[in-house]
Amino acid sequence: MGLAKRIIPCLDVENGRVVKGVKFLDIRDAGDPVQVARRYNEAGADEITFLDITASHEERETTVHTVESIAAEVFIPLTVGGGIRTVADIRRMLNAGADKVSINSAAVFNPDFVKAASDRFGAQCIVVAIDAKRVSAEGETPRWEIFTHGGRKPTGLDAVEWAAKMADFGAGEILLTSMDQDGVKSGYDLGVTRAISDAVAVPVIASGGVGNLQHLVDGVIEGGADAVLAASIFHFGEYTVAEAKAFMQAQGIEMRL
Amino acid sequence: MAQTIAVVDYGMGNLHSVSSALAHVAPDDQILVTADPTQVQAADRVVFPGVGAIRDCMAEIRRLGFDVLVRSEVASGKPVLGVCVGMQALMNHSEENGGVDCIGLVDGEVKFFGEPLLDAGGQRLKVPHMGWNQVAQTEHPLWAGIENMSRFYFVHSYYVQAADPTLVVGHTHYGVDCHVALARDNLFAVQFHPEKSHTAGLQLLKNFVNWRA
Repeated sequence: MGLAKRIIPCLDVENGRVVKGVKFLDIRDAGDPVQVARRYNEAGADEITFLDITASHEERETTVHTVESIAAEVFIPLTVGGGIRTVADIRRMLNAGADKVSINSAAVFNPDFVKAASDRFGAQCIVVAIDAKRVSAEGETPRWEIFTHGGRKPTGLDAVEWAAKMADFGAGEILLTSMDQDGVKSGYDLGVTRAISDAVAVPVIASGGVGNLQHLVDGVIEGGADAVLAASIFHFGEYTVAEAKAFMQAQGIEMRL
Repeated sequence: MAQTIAVVDYGMGNLHSVSSALAHVAPDDQILVTADPTQVQAADRVVFPGVGAIRDCMAEIRRLGFDVLVRSEVASGKPVLGVCVGMQALMNHSEENGGVDCIGLVDGEVKFFGEPLLDAGGQRLKVPHMGWNQVAQTEHPLWAGIENMSRFYFVHSYYVQAADPTLVVGHTHYGVDCHVALARDNLFAVQFHPEKSHTAGLQLLKNFVNWRA
């Protein structure tokens, strides 16, 4: 008996459509978010993450109605992120049917917001999203830095230290995206995934770079991730969630089949 | 015949999930998310949910008089379902937030998972206990149609230890033995989130909606 590792399809939503880009650029359409979410719910996904990828820099709020529609028929946990900056934003998303909210830039600008959010709503619904980029040169001790605004702005914050601080401030989970790997399909950045998984007591979701099912296995076994997030391999029908689970289980990872 | 199911609202967290899952399994019934004791008392069944920190939950429960209400609803004999913090709040006391006295309807404690929490192989387990874990069932009508050891969705850092082992109808092991389902007469309480547990969770809610306690 044990806790299963989770597979989390991620819906990056822009202007009401699910999209997927490479390194946050070169966007490709992947459908209507409610239909996509419904499909993953039926396919055996363990959770769904909904990220309004334009919210942060265009000052737009995540579409509450889409979240409401998804929540009305998706009976697995739903995390919503993108433009979550205030306690009121969180309350609005939770009332719309989200189970967790993902806080990214706002945590960097005001770390105490994470504390306030966690105190108010409980750590179980506060995910802190970290976009990390490797900043050390080849041969140096590996070091990763936090970037905001879709990977455009460096912050000078060390990713591993930041993750530990966020867990101390009340994050119930860390969603770790490797900016170098995002959309590249060559696998997660296992170095930063392992470093952060070892550094924090809360669950870590690996994100960014999945191109095949072995990458999911590597994220769990080598990266130490508790959950693996992927988008394009599922959106464009390369693999089903069931195939991914069967493959991971066959490699000795406990899954919900 | 259509019935009314009251979801007790004491202002803590997301009741949308619970009510939409109930509406999904009981499309002909009336689902009321309500803070009005009269509506709760008039309902045929009561769901007592809860997320968040126990100190704030208990403060709201007491402020609204829902400790008394939940006691009387359970005493009335109608089916009552506690979910997550709604289960923890039924116990005597919780270790969370430096120690909080709860409703005390069921004897037992709510304990912290511990740090570090280790599995049988000595590996560190993450806290909160978040995700899909198996539940070892003891026979009860609310498990009907759900295979033993099915997985349900959990998210919690504190777990229930009931004083009376005969009340425990669901066990989950996560570093320690957690009592994740309790049953006494017309009362059923679960630590996991049936409303977020897909097929198995919806089946449990359906069983609750049809339960002749």
